[in-house]
Amino acid sequence: MEEVSLLKGNEAIALAAIRCGADGYFGYPITPQSEIMETLMAQKPWETTGMTVLQAESEVASIYMVYGGASTGKKVMTSSSSPGVSLMQEGVSFLCGADLPCLVVNVMRGGPGLGTIQPSQSDYFQSTKGGGHGDYKLIVLAPASVQEMADFVDLAFTLSSKYRIPSMILSDGAIGQMMEKVILPPFKPRQTAEEIIEQCPWAATGKPANRKNNIISSLELDPSKMEKKNVERQERYRIVEATEVRYDEYMCEDADYLIIAFGSAARISQNAVETLREEGIKVGMLRPITLWPFPSKVISKYAEKVKSMLTVELNAGQMIEDVKLAVNGKVPVLHYGRMGGIVPNPEEIVDALKKQM
Amino acid sequence: MSNPIINPENLVYEKSSVLLDNTMHYCPGCSHGTVHRIVAEVIEEMNMQDKTIGCAPVGCAVFIYNYINVDFAECAHGRAPALATAIKRLNPDHLVFTYQGDGDLAAIGTGETIHACNRGENIAIIFINNGIYGMTGGQMAPTTLVGMKSSTCPYGRDVQLNGYPLNITPLLAQLEGTCYVTRQSVHTANNVKKTKKAIRKAFENSMAGKGTSVVEVVSSCNSGWKMSPVKANAWMEENMFKAYPLGDLKDK
Repeated sequence: MEEVSLLKGNEAIALAAIRCGADGYFGYPITPQSEIMETLMAQKPWETTGMTVLQAESEVASIYMVYGGASTGKKVMTSSSSPGVSLMQEGVSFLCGADLPCLVVNVMRGGPGLGTIQPSQSDYFQSTKGGGHGDYKLIVLAPASVQEMADFVDLAFTLSSKYRIPSMILSDGAIGQMMEKVILPPFKPRQTAEEIIEQCPWAATGKPANRKNNIISSLELDPSKMEKKNVERQERYRIVEATEVRYDEYMCEDADYLIIAFGSAARISQNAVETLREEGIKVGMLRPITLWPFPSKVISKYAEKVKSMLTVELNAGQMIEDVKLAVNGKVPVLHYGRMGGIVPNPEEIVDALKKQM
Repeated sequence: MSNPIINPENLVYEKSSVLLDNTMHYCPGCSHGTVHRIVAEVIEEMNMQDKTIGCAPVGCAVFIYNYINVDFAECAHGRAPALATAIKRLNPDHLVFTYQGDGDLAAIGTGETIHACNRGENIAIIFINNGIYGMTGGQMAPTTLVGMKSSTCPYGRDVQLNGYPLNITPLLAQLEGTCYVTRQSVHTANNVKKTKKAIRKAFENSMAGKGTSVVEVVSSCNSGWKMSPVKANAWMEENMFKAYPLGDLKDK
């Protein structure tokens, strides 16, 4: 029988990381996600799985420790919250430029600036459009429950190493702090040095006599070579867009109206859908699980069927831009959001949807 | 017929097998080439080529991986000690070193440098101090001497405007985590020998788990200083060594 635990979302991330064979975690404390490192330090995984856990001197150092570990083919991660993730953006760009797999967890809080410690989804643009410099993408997973916090760690590592694209779990203070029942993933052994050499022939593992020295770098001064590297990366992005889109549909089949929401906004919107259905209004909800690659195709399919769409976000309207691109003017798309750490209640969403009917 | 000159008994110098054949891009008179050769020789002598991971800087030595034939991770400006920290902790049987200039180590990367040293990471830091930004074209560095001219202090470093040169190596020697901190140069054959000994010791310390070793090499940048190589060395002896005297600062 599978063991059910009662955990905070942040704790679930930490325990799942140990179980899925992560080699290293490097982080810096910041609310509302400090339980991730606290849980790891309390677990002492270096005594069991051999996982390294280190508190760095800053988020800048953390992300470059991740860069260092990933350079050697190790499964490494960091976690932070919005202001800390902003500090990491140079490193994220470097990781993408060097095509290094890794996991960055962002448990979002309200901004901009120091902002608040309450939940928000205002880093959608930063996460999906590239918060650092250059043409790059992250594989962005948006958990809507503590169970998904646990499940997405392994998924994020798997997708990241498959495509050599850094992955991000984009959560928020509500999912990070709330407690739910969760079944943790089974234990998976860490990769051996031999497995890493076999699976990551590009990694800086020490140069044997029979190969050239491996160089992990995002630098290329010859513009024609630099463009080629970029083109190859963009081709990989197109494959990810074609094959790795994930989303969840709730009462969408006969819907006249479609709510689109991710993460904690989706949890609240689900209640709103139930209320509206009780009133006889045919509403469905589409929940993007991958924010990049974005589920554009299915949204454009619904644009042929529904009367209008409403995005519910804990921000001023960010994901709505991707929804509008997918809908391409076929039906009206409106946004309902709260900012600055305020979480809407289902009634507000019910009212917002009725207003656009 | 064998070449009458290249006979084993005539051989006084051989290029290290850990050096690649690529022509170095460094200016004639630059210290980087000499320090690269020393690093390669020490790796070869320690038989560590297959166990070495280098952390390349941003600066003139950004292309170090084109010359020293070991695996490298190219770091963002100043972040080499953070990379090296994780690389060594995740690969404790490897020799991990950073190679950094003064702007990299003592300006943008001061935080990473101090904290890696303070944690006593089992890495070796090779610090090239030539008091100027070479690659970007001769701007003021944290270690630029008072009165010394650069493209961003064209009338000479003025303490009122620019503050004082940062003498960071003695600072690192104070930290509990460092085991060996030394300052060397490569402007004479004798000094090259001393620097080689220092780098060997730093690498051996890392493998013995003794803590962080820092080898500062006070270097010349004749292009940045706008001097001939010979004059740059003389200027370095006269001025740089006064501010940055050679010798061991810590050996525990």
